[in-house]
Amino acid sequence: METKSIMIVGVGGQGSLLASRIIGNVLLSQGYDVKVSEVHGMSQRGGSVVTYVKYGEKVYSPIVEKGEADIIISFEMLESARALPYLKKGGHLITSVQRIDPMPVITGMAEYPENIVEKLTGAGADVTAVDALSLAEQAGTSKASNVVLMGVLASKMDFPEEVWQNALEKCVPPKFLELNKKAFALGLQNV
Amino acid sequence: MKKLMLGNEAFARGLYEAGCRIVSSYPGTPSTEITEEIAKYDEVYAEWSPNEKVALEVALGASIAGARSFCGMKHVGLNVAADPLYTASYSGVNAGLVIAVADDQGMHSSQNEQDSRHHAIASKVPMLEPSDSAECKDFVKLAFEISENFDTPVIVRMSTRVAHSQSIVEALERQELELKEYTKNPQKYVMMPAYAKGRHVFVEERTKKLTEYAETSPLNRVEISENAKFGVITNGACYQYTKEALGDKASVLKLGMVNPMPVKLIQDFAEKYEKIYIIEELDGIIENHCRNIGVNNIQGKEIFGYIGELPQSVIAEKLLNEKKDYSEFSENIPMRPPVMCAGCPHRGLFYCLKKLGVTVSGDIGCYTLGAVAPLNAMDTTICMGASISALHGFNKARGSESEHKSVAVIGDSTFMHSGMTGLVNIAYNNSNSTVIILDNSITGMTGHQQNPTTGKNLKGDPAYAVNLEELCKSLGIKRVRVVDPYCLAETEKAIKEELVSDEASVIISRRPCALLKYVKHNPPFAVDSEKCIGCKACMKLGCPAISIKDKKAVIDHTQCVGCGICQEQCKFNAIK
Repeated sequence: METKSIMIVGVGGQGSLLASRIIGNVLLSQGYDVKVSEVHGMSQRGGSVVTYVKYGEKVYSPIVEKGEADIIISFEMLESARALPYLKKGGHLITSVQRIDPMPVITGMAEYPENIVEKLTGAGADVTAVDALSLAEQAGTSKASNVVLMGVLASKMDFPEEVWQNALEKCVPPKFLELNKKAFALGLQNV
Repeated sequence: MKKLMLGNEAFARGLYEAGCRIVSSYPGTPSTEITEEIAKYDEVYAEWSPNEKVALEVALGASIAGARSFCGMKHVGLNVAADPLYTASYSGVNAGLVIAVADDQGMHSSQNEQDSRHHAIASKVPMLEPSDSAECKDFVKLAFEISENFDTPVIVRMSTRVAHSQSIVEALERQELELKEYTKNPQKYVMMPAYAKGRHVFVEERTKKLTEYAETSPLNRVEISENAKFGVITNGACYQYTKEALGDKASVLKLGMVNPMPVKLIQDFAEKYEKIYIIEELDGIIENHCRNIGVNNIQGKEIFGYIGELPQSVIAEKLLNEKKDYSEFSENIPMRPPVMCAGCPHRGLFYCLKKLGVTVSGDIGCYTLGAVAPLNAMDTTICMGASISALHGFNKARGSESEHKSVAVIGDSTFMHSGMTGLVNIAYNNSNSTVIILDNSITGMTGHQQNPTTGKNLKGDPAYAVNLEELCKSLGIKRVRVVDPYCLAETEKAIKEELVSDEASVIISRRPCALLKYVKHNPPFAVDSEKCIGCKACMKLGCPAISIKDKKAVIDHTQCVGCGICQEQCKFNAIK
């Protein structure tokens, strides 16, 4: 099979490292060669954060470039807009509808674009927009929106649900497991 | 067992499996996790040193004592450790000594983009370069063998992409090694001229032998493709990009040993094709080597340049003229630069500095973000420790008026790394400079590593904590005071008083990093929209939790940690 590419985008501190770990675990358990690439350090301080996951028979480059992503998972709408060029023609974009103003917007130097989801669809992307933050709060904590989005992702991929459940068990500390399973289920149902 | 591992984690696993016993490092992105991961193994003694020079000397001492040892750092750290490195090349080792240096092509988290291969060449130390996690582990183990067989330290060069990408690794058992015997041998270990002259002869002989080794070593590998119309010579992460971009359209010579490089292996490979492309990030080191050995059917830097990474899209476009199709978003997308976190103790301090309009000599850490809007409160940032020494020079050049209008800012960890010597210089050579130590009780930017001021060691056990006040006094600074940067008025007053004083002074701005687990946060604040007149005074703080909606300030309760500096800033009592 041809190598598939997934990209996770968001704002530093939104939990993209856990998301990539869960996806990596799912893919590894299915016998694929897998590479996951993350960026640590300065960009994590509230900046745009990007993680790449690639899988297939043999994966070489760990990074995803413009026009290469089969699926983009975005934790924030502005980051969805920023990531659009990375989406392959016909690729799928899952976005949380959460809005986090970046510093240039906060200081009034720039404006946050309106109606981002419509504009993404207009540009030809196959978009699934989810209120992941509310669903996460429903599960018990705003911090679980990353796992809500994993539930949405699971609905777009062809792996049995138990594979995802196993990955959750491996990646989430036991005391947060129930909460995260609930968040995952809410994501899975709300597509 | 097969597992997904970061390159850095696999590196640590390689150290463990190779029987490494002593580790001493200084954190630096993207190298930090190697040492954090190795610290999890009880069989290995691991520590954070105050800086890379100390760390490498610790590892070298352990190697001479007979223990396989390791020292890790980022690319600029090797500049600090260059002094022991260049002479450790002469002394050689007893048990194996491996050094990790992590370059940051693309400058994801660094102040420059230097190519560490130059250090390997200049110090005549062999350098290996893995291209994925499995190779990280294998190369580390081989590095120890090379170190012991050739009597040399060995550098393993990492890069951001190799260090911070996860790929599949199979973990094996640890090889338990006895401590090697230590025998006094001044001709080898006392590097004064009479003995060092002999060792230089040894080093030149060693390089010849290492070059022979490079000809047949499994580290260097030729992959012939029947369909290939040209050849590629490459190294590290570029190998992965090359394979992805070119597939079977090129034959590849992958150099896993980047110093010294083979001669005949390259000449033979280059003869097979009319055209050879050299795909290497940063400097043209393989390319220059090829020309030096008479291989001239090559092209490299004139196509690919010297700057940043060379991912698959660049290679596909330059060599195959292929470009991917994609859509752009229809309007301008605001940038999202990194910012100080909500509740960051540095914010209050930088707000005061901006308000006072002083010249700020900056340093390396989270607080370098004080340079960007809306705080814009930093004039220079060069390297670890330079804030203090450069301020002294700035003030010597511009005289006493400047001394009353300028400060240096430096973090607690950076101060211990290389700020202390600059402070001694201020006391000794007498400038009335004002130094602010931003003591957030942790090494922040690299992800919370302990340091000599925090009272804990790498393993998290209690350790001696340097008392910064006493230290600064003993270095010769009489005026030392502590402020809480959450109290803007107190902080501003202290800075003003120290600027007017006619003596050198140190202000310790002390408040633990808001992200530390033990830090208890206040409940989030909220804006009373009746009272808020939309004056935007709170916006000047550059807090990511505060924004303006419908001309009034709002506080994002998911981000606010209740530090309260916006409340102090609000003249209308609108923040509660």
